[in-house]
Amino acid sequence: MSASTTPFVVSPGAATRDAFGIALRDLGHSEPRIVVVDGDVANSTRTEWFGQVFPDRFFNVGIAESNMVGVAAGLAASGKIPVVSSFAAFLLCNAYDQLRMSVAFPHLNVKVVGTHAGISIGEDGPSQMAIEDFALACSLPGFTVIVPSDEAHTHAAVRAMIAHEGPVYLRLGRPKAPRIHEAGSSLEIGKAYQLRDGSDLTIVACGLMTAAALEAHDALAAKGIHARVLDFPTIRPLDVDALVRASRDTGHILVAEEHLAHGGLGSVVAMAVGSHHPCKLGYVNLGNRFAESGTPEALMETYGLTAPHVVEAAVKLVAK
Amino acid sequence: MVALYKGGILNLDPSHPSAPDRDRFILSKGHAAPALYAVLAEHGVISHESLDTLRVIGSPLEGHPNMRRLAGVEASTGSLGQGLSIGLGHAFAGRLDGHGYRTYVMCGDGEMQEGQVWEAIMAAAHFNADNLTLIVDHNGAQQSNLLPRVIDYRPLAAKLRAFEWHVEEIDGHDMPAILRAFDSVRAVKGRPQAIVAHTVKGKGVSFVEADWAYHGKPLTASEQVRAFAELRGEPAPH
Repeated sequence: MSASTTPFVVSPGAATRDAFGIALRDLGHSEPRIVVVDGDVANSTRTEWFGQVFPDRFFNVGIAESNMVGVAAGLAASGKIPVVSSFAAFLLCNAYDQLRMSVAFPHLNVKVVGTHAGISIGEDGPSQMAIEDFALACSLPGFTVIVPSDEAHTHAAVRAMIAHEGPVYLRLGRPKAPRIHEAGSSLEIGKAYQLRDGSDLTIVACGLMTAAALEAHDALAAKGIHARVLDFPTIRPLDVDALVRASRDTGHILVAEEHLAHGGLGSVVAMAVGSHHPCKLGYVNLGNRFAESGTPEALMETYGLTAPHVVEAAVKLVAK
Repeated sequence: MVALYKGGILNLDPSHPSAPDRDRFILSKGHAAPALYAVLAEHGVISHESLDTLRVIGSPLEGHPNMRRLAGVEASTGSLGQGLSIGLGHAFAGRLDGHGYRTYVMCGDGEMQEGQVWEAIMAAAHFNADNLTLIVDHNGAQQSNLLPRVIDYRPLAAKLRAFEWHVEEIDGHDMPAILRAFDSVRAVKGRPQAIVAHTVKGKGVSFVEADWAYHGKPLTASEQVRAFAELRGEPAPH
């Protein structure tokens, strides 16, 4: 946690999908039970790096996500730790029944890694962008849902995911991610990380929006508004204690995510806060729409997911 | 299933249903759960008394098989089309671990309409999964109608051969033929095997046989009496 007067400087680190590829490859040495199941996209998800070192433990089953998830379930039932990875949009949407009945219902130890989440993937457009994956993953009873905000937390998240007993959904993005956490940081599943303190409002963020929240913190400070910033790498189980403290200490919570309004971090925060310690709530998210093709920068600007958008929403929230 | 469990095919010790090198049987057509439970009871994996608790709240004998609640159930099936993929995963694990176990998966012929089954069929052939055997209960009927009136994809055996599987086609009520087919497929190397078993739904009970409307419909008490009498070869009661 940094002092609230230190300005946040955007310093690009590895994309979270790249950090995942490296972390998984490295873990493959110490954990022989890890097996990767791919659906023709390993050069995008970076599981190919694991596959190059451990070819016998890498199964590309082609463009067939439903079978891919079923195969992972069978591997888990026979004692392996399968990591099944593809674009989050295809993996969660195409194979949802399989995730539900072959993995979640029997609570099998399958690690589901969805890359290219959010609109920041850019020009490929909506068919490749997962904008509802938190909602879908959180609707699978027994799943743990993790979204690391940067390279360091991704390394830690991969280790935590493999060590965890039970199904996990790990959400990763395509572009380089600004550095937030120290290299070598650990990540505890279910814990929020306070990056800044303040008493006027709390900005709860995840993924790429955490960096936007840190930039917004500095802009808000210049306006005399002091924001606490919480990074939530775990969507489920939710760190309710951190939210209760935020509500009690700051009275306003703004939730920022690269996801639809429905069913994401904002939804689960609202439910938790409403149940335990109601306060004023605001949201920065995609709303109820698909995006389009464009550069990542143009898309984040057009669809309201930049630091200035967070600032604007924060100003409105504390004025209520 | 009787052939697998009681005919000396499945290498499964009822007192060690989770042994790592056991043969696996996955009932992908999970709605036939009562038959699986009956066979598991006969094999000594579950008790005969527990059969009376079928579908009762609190009982592990759910309407469709639940692998977390019942020993001997390898997959939680019921949403059709998923069992063969799961079986392929077991087959991969077996090869990685150097175990010689085989995985048997039973699908319904209506279930073969699910695209995922064919994803698994393609993949199994590509990976030469010769430790994987598919059994298709080809009874020509499904929930809404006879199979040819829904999606007539026959001939099934030819399609499976086109996907590079080894195929045996048998009368699914001829026990010696079933046992021969299992012996035959276990000797096949380099490709997965399918046994297409032509069956009649409700075989042996005259008023149920081939009346597809009996799919999913329990017998009334008096129908049960008649049915058991016929199956035992007794004269019809009045």
